Amino acid sequence: MNHALILPVLLPMFVGSLLLFVPRLSLTLQRGLGLASTLLQLLISVGLLLLADQGALHSYALGNWQAPFGIVLLLDRLSALLLLVTALLALFALIYAVRGDDARGKNFHSLFQFQLMGINGAFLTGDLFNLFVFFEILLIASYALLLHGGGAERVRAGIHYVVLNLLGSALFLLAVGVMYGITGTLNMADMAARVAVASPDDAALLGAAGLLLLVVFGLKAAFLPMYFWLPRAYAAASAPVAALFAIMTKVGLYSIMRVYILIYGEQAGSIANLAADWLWPLALLTILCGVIGALAAVTLQGLLAYLVVASVGSLLAGIALGTPAALSAALFYLIHSTWITGAMFLIADLISRQRGDKAGQLVQGPLLLQPLLLGALFFIGAIALAGLPPFSGFFGKLLLLRALEPGPEALLLWPALLLGGLLTLVALSRAGSTLIWRTGRDVLGSAERDGVRTLAAAGLLSTALILVLFAAPVLAYVQATAAQLLDLAPYMQLVSPGEAP
Amino acid sequence: MEALFAATLGILSASGIYLLLRGRTFPVVMGLTLLSYAVNLFLFAMGRLQTGMPAVIGRSAEYADPLPQALVLTAIVIGFAMTAFLLVLALRGLGELKSDHVDGKEPR
Repeated sequence: MNHALILPVLLPMFVGSLLLFVPRLSLTLQRGLGLASTLLQLLISVGLLLLADQGALHSYALGNWQAPFGIVLLLDRLSALLLLVTALLALFALIYAVRGDDARGKNFHSLFQFQLMGINGAFLTGDLFNLFVFFEILLIASYALLLHGGGAERVRAGIHYVVLNLLGSALFLLAVGVMYGITGTLNMADMAARVAVASPDDAALLGAAGLLLLVVFGLKAAFLPMYFWLPRAYAAASAPVAALFAIMTKVGLYSIMRVYILIYGEQAGSIANLAADWLWPLALLTILCGVIGALAAVTLQGLLAYLVVASVGSLLAGIALGTPAALSAALFYLIHSTWITGAMFLIADLISRQRGDKAGQLVQGPLLLQPLLLGALFFIGAIALAGLPPFSGFFGKLLLLRALEPGPEALLLWPALLLGGLLTLVALSRAGSTLIWRTGRDVLGSAERDGVRTLAAAGLLSTALILVLFAAPVLAYVQATAAQLLDLAPYMQLVSPGEAP
Repeated sequence: MEALFAATLGILSASGIYLLLRGRTFPVVMGLTLLSYAVNLFLFAMGRLQTGMPAVIGRSAEYADPLPQALVLTAIVIGFAMTAFLLVLALRGLGELKSDHVDGKEPR
């Protein structure tokens, strides 16, 4: 048993609690501890990624209670990849935050660590009820982080966000309850084995529970009928928090991949591939709704939030197709969209800080203090998001397009993706030209310039190029991930060693 | 017993959903509370409804499933904390937005 598996959960938990319970810790010390912990998490996740890339599945039985009776953590290539994506995003968001954003409310650093604990835990757990618990941990931290800095708009967006997620939690419990009542287990791999042999009567109930669970994950992932909370919440959040939230929709997508490939996958008898029929049309419509929202947005932050929705649609399309090529394309696109969206939220904030009370509104404003630098960053980010060469968005989209042979499915996905890319480009060019070119002659006296903030945003943005330069190893990794996900036998052997599934 | 239990759950969830769809924050909080009661009872019933059976193995030949009881305890604690948070947030909203409407402003 490898104890490193639990470190991504324990480390932020202890650091977060320490920050909370030691009274009057100076802000400098809090920042140092937060940064050190996040950096350490990055190193741990690199280590775990190398471990997972050896190909074997690793499981960690908490308290040495053996699966399926105790709770297990499960490390495969997918969870290791998402841990790394989270840790890198969090590090840059935190570097941005320590330049003053963290002082606008209390306990920012401990909330940030608890947020990471919840996200890391959700990616690592192999137990359905434990997934619920980690969801709640990441949610309660995100409620408080969303409200960080205060203000009427945040409270207004916060109430919707909290009520919807509480309803989501209730549905999650109902679904888990039904699944436990029928299969008698909460371990995902064990549940998969029992779902495969369920009687037709039970299968109908299990199918209902599975679709209920899809509603919950859909609420987190924010696809079509359930995304309406997202634009307002993300646009209202402070910049480093919005950047970190770029990973939150991916928690929902990860759960969809985990549950609907493992439990309701190929082997599930009459309810096999339960979600795919729903996900496919919803994914395409989500792309369209996202870009239309982006075109209609009145602030830069709102525009970016709608682009998050559009990227969720693209990812979901890859997941719904479910072929190895489509899954690996979706995973590549997931890495790209998380990091670049995070970077763009930071850049949007840099721009807003030089526009006085116009902030992120897409109206004519004062001349920017650093029009060339911020313009260049915005330009690179926009190209990457819209999916034009030479940056990572182009690669991601290309892989998704090539995952399909010409046919009826391609006839739907290709126009949706390409039109989505075009409209994204239109929306971003309109925003960029308004913010950077259609300006007055004078620079505002209140305009802020901050080297560290700019570096944090540029650093995160540089992944657009790094992902292209190292496309070969990344692609090899995501392809291996997709292959591992679709090969269910090793997962089953974790719960019943020696017994062929 | 099953019919009574099912009817209780049904009434609780129906009232909860009705209140959840109201326009003011207080009924919404009450609705979520009722709904979480229903969910907790439902989870509890997933170990099947039995009377007079201990949840400890070895005391008698027949025993109740102890796991739902542990699950429901976790769910109660989490639900309680979340409801408390939502109440505080609703009060904060009332203070900052000068309205207890869920959208933060009075409908026209």
